[in-house]
Amino acid sequence: MILELTEHVMSATVSVRGTLEMKRGWLPVLLGCMVIGGAAAQSPRATLYEEAKCASPETALDGIVFKSFAKAGVRPMYCTDAVFLRRAYLDVIGTLPTADEARAFLSDTSLNKRRALVERLLERDEFADYWAMKWSDLLRVKAEFPVNLWPNAAQAYHRWLRASIRDNKPYDRFARELLTSNGSNFRVGPVNFYRAIQDRSPEGIATAVALTFMGCRAENWPSNTLAGMSVFFSQVNYKPTREWKEEIVYWDPDKAAAGATQVGELPDRTRITLTPGRDPREVFADWLITPKNQWFTANIVNRIWSWLLGRGIIHEPDDIRSDNPASNPALLLFLRREFARSGCDTKHLFRLILTSRTYQLSSFVAPEKIKLAAPLFAFYPLRQLDAEVLIDAINAITGTSDLYTSAIPEPFTFIPANKPAIALPDGSITSPFLELFGRPARATGLENERVNKPSASQRMHLLNSSHIQRKFETGPNMKRLLDPARKPKETIEELYLSILSRFPTPDEIAAVESYMKSGVAKRNEVGIDLAWALINSDEFLFRH
Amino acid sequence: MNTCTPDARHDHAPRARLTRRQALRRGFLGTTGLLLSDRLAHAAPPVPLKAKAKSVIQVFLWGGMSHTDTWDPKMDAGYDYTGQFKDEIATSVSGIKMGSLFPQLAKQADKYSIIRSMTHRNNGHETAAYLMQTGHLPGERLAYPCIGAIFALLKGYNAGYKGLIPPYVVLTQPQGRFSEAGFLGSRCKPFATGGDPNAGRFEVEGVIARGITDQRQQARRSLLSSLNTFGHSQPAHPELRTAREAEEKAYNLILGEGKEVFDLAKEDAKLRDRYGRHTFGQDCLAARRLVEAGVPYVTINYPGGWDTHSNHFATMNRQCPQLDQGLATLLQDLRSAACWTAPSSGAAASSAAPPRSTGSRPGMAAATTTAMSSRCWSPAAASRAGRLSGPRTPKARRSRSARSIRSTCWARSTILPASTPGPACRTPKAPRRMSCPPPPKRDTKPRAC
Repeated sequence: MILELTEHVMSATVSVRGTLEMKRGWLPVLLGCMVIGGAAAQSPRATLYEEAKCASPETALDGIVFKSFAKAGVRPMYCTDAVFLRRAYLDVIGTLPTADEARAFLSDTSLNKRRALVERLLERDEFADYWAMKWSDLLRVKAEFPVNLWPNAAQAYHRWLRASIRDNKPYDRFARELLTSNGSNFRVGPVNFYRAIQDRSPEGIATAVALTFMGCRAENWPSNTLAGMSVFFSQVNYKPTREWKEEIVYWDPDKAAAGATQVGELPDRTRITLTPGRDPREVFADWLITPKNQWFTANIVNRIWSWLLGRGIIHEPDDIRSDNPASNPALLLFLRREFARSGCDTKHLFRLILTSRTYQLSSFVAPEKIKLAAPLFAFYPLRQLDAEVLIDAINAITGTSDLYTSAIPEPFTFIPANKPAIALPDGSITSPFLELFGRPARATGLENERVNKPSASQRMHLLNSSHIQRKFETGPNMKRLLDPARKPKETIEELYLSILSRFPTPDEIAAVESYMKSGVAKRNEVGIDLAWALINSDEFLFRH
Repeated sequence: MNTCTPDARHDHAPRARLTRRQALRRGFLGTTGLLLSDRLAHAAPPVPLKAKAKSVIQVFLWGGMSHTDTWDPKMDAGYDYTGQFKDEIATSVSGIKMGSLFPQLAKQADKYSIIRSMTHRNNGHETAAYLMQTGHLPGERLAYPCIGAIFALLKGYNAGYKGLIPPYVVLTQPQGRFSEAGFLGSRCKPFATGGDPNAGRFEVEGVIARGITDQRQQARRSLLSSLNTFGHSQPAHPELRTAREAEEKAYNLILGEGKEVFDLAKEDAKLRDRYGRHTFGQDCLAARRLVEAGVPYVTINYPGGWDTHSNHFATMNRQCPQLDQGLATLLQDLRSAACWTAPSSGAAASSAAPPRSTGSRPGMAAATTTAMSSRCWSPAAASRAGRLSGPRTPKARRSRSARSIRSTCWARSTILPASTPGPACRTPKAPRRMSCPPPPKRDTKPRAC
């Protein structure tokens, strides 16, 4: 109790001084005591973004994560309901909450409303869209360049992917289907795994499999490990059909050297003699997907953790090797066990993480502590929104849509106006905005291909482009929000709820009112300028 | 941008007949690069490999312009191959001839080299464009930066470039992957202007917005600042600091004087007429203003592209005069604006199986024609003024690769290949020698197209 008070008092000190340095010791505490009733209540950090109590572990997962906090001297706080709402929507379904959804959640007084929100989000259609997009990056779903998957096949691949996620297909089955399917690229979605690889040699395939399902970069392996594993992919073959651009991926036993017995070596050094009459990919897949296989489970739980918390327990999440240890091995082990116990249920893992206290920590951190606290997951890291999520959010707020096209002349390039960017099935279907804001090229399957770093060109586009400005001026939702019949205060509140998913503070209302009085902008322009400012604020542009 | 994938439109024939024809159908691409010297540089005596170029203007002809109709005419091939473009014209350099579609460029032939031996041996537009722009085939783990991004780093940021305009500008539409910064990161990405320089006001996307006065712009900025509650709550956070810096830079251009470089109305109306009142012509003018302002690398992506599988003759008749007018005026204007002063070189080459004219022009396998122009090219250098390389000069039968074009740009502008940035500078495989295709048979009978 005393400790909690101290921490809270310290944050008050911080806000009064206008700096973020955490000062330890009695003097600041004393100072804080003097001001706690006054300025502390005013600080936006305390009122808007952080709850007034220190975080404490609740679930088993929290117990493991929180253990390291005391040793490192970090005492994180929780985020507020408004922050959690926005964070959960953006992280789980890549979609902004509407004003009504925000209002309903904020006024809900039930104790377990965060948990209930997570459950609702996991069942939304956008969940499948958003995570199919994520997987499409890793599985390189793109009609053309650098591999020619072709539009029909990219669509089939994406359709299979999205359906698997929507139906919450157990992850072991998901992986096995990708690895062992045979058939037409147009009809059997998962065979495109073998086509979306630039190097179709057995080594090339093994490298892609190691990256995707084991989180390993095979270039760091000893060459005989890769050679041993590639034997399992040496009988994959491709053949064309009479249909234009159709290709069959199939197991071709004739590719085995006649007479010689082939011996494959699994990454765990087990040597297996291939039997004729059995597809060696199946042998490999069956080894891979056993829940005991640490490569398999560590890879997926570590990836999901990093998708939700911005950083892998093993970092980077697709660079697992013995000299890149987990920052919290107990946590990794715990997640792997939970995952295996649930029967490779990815949604269970999402739920486990999203409802933990760890996920609900505030994003505030003293800059000098970032290095220390990041691998402990003692704060929620700031990340700029994904390109697709950002444009979807702007379109949803203004009621407008973007044009997505593909340079490849196929019948699929007509995209209905209400289709969000997160649901685009093919990396070749794109827009200049998506390219500018870091949509990955889907060339390598590496996680770091997506770069969400702000740049001057991006800022110029958001601040001053006719593309964005036109949305504010002509968007039907903007017209509705800025209805002159409304009271100015109502309009301000509605804009805040739609854009930042929270109510405005009195200071913010005063700032807008003084802008209105200044007369720089005409009556109808004030609302546009307010929406423009909110969309350009850090609170909107970053997951926080 | 890519306007069509060759296969998509023509690949309906049964598989057995495809192999050879497919190769012929694929597109090729053309690039024109102009290396510009420092306009302030004194006329120093040319020293071998002395790098003087300050900026590069790259004219990227996506889709690949038919070289046999333009830079590399093959009149002897007969009507089957030339179609209606059956005339060649003399140029200002004795011995160099080109297609009749480029009358103005022909008069400027002493200002550039034509490399007719340029090839990249790849049939797909995307792969070929990536190769041309980065010097690497796609397929490795790394996404490589294109040449403009490397200039942005080495001739821009690392060389103390302080301009407000980003060091790598694309007029007007970006090409996604093919003008990409790769592993150099987002600050080396090209800045694509958008808008149309031929419009009344060149509305550069993000810099010049319609209907917002400077006063409102300022007021909006302070409104944004007063409402950025979250940002102000933790100003020292590194992520937010990066965002603040990006915003600062953006505003320097939005509110500063740097944007005047895009105001083409400042140019003499007669000069604008000479460039041509079309998007490409005014792109060229904008490019000249940008390099004058010190921007190290400017790419003009030809609006519309040259992937003329269908409607070939009509497209060529429409686009070539515009290209001719804009580019020729640019060459002249750069000279008179003292952007360069020394004579440059002309060289030409070609490498393709002869296409047949059947009303549409099938793409030619992996053929490109590149014209490069620069001040201060050393007379001792491979491409010498007034010289041809390629099939027409027996001495220079080697084909040029995309990499060699890139190396030339570097050599001419102090960025030598040795300083190529990159985590893994692999030594490229020695380019395979490619024998030049035999000239088209003379006895081909003309056929109506």
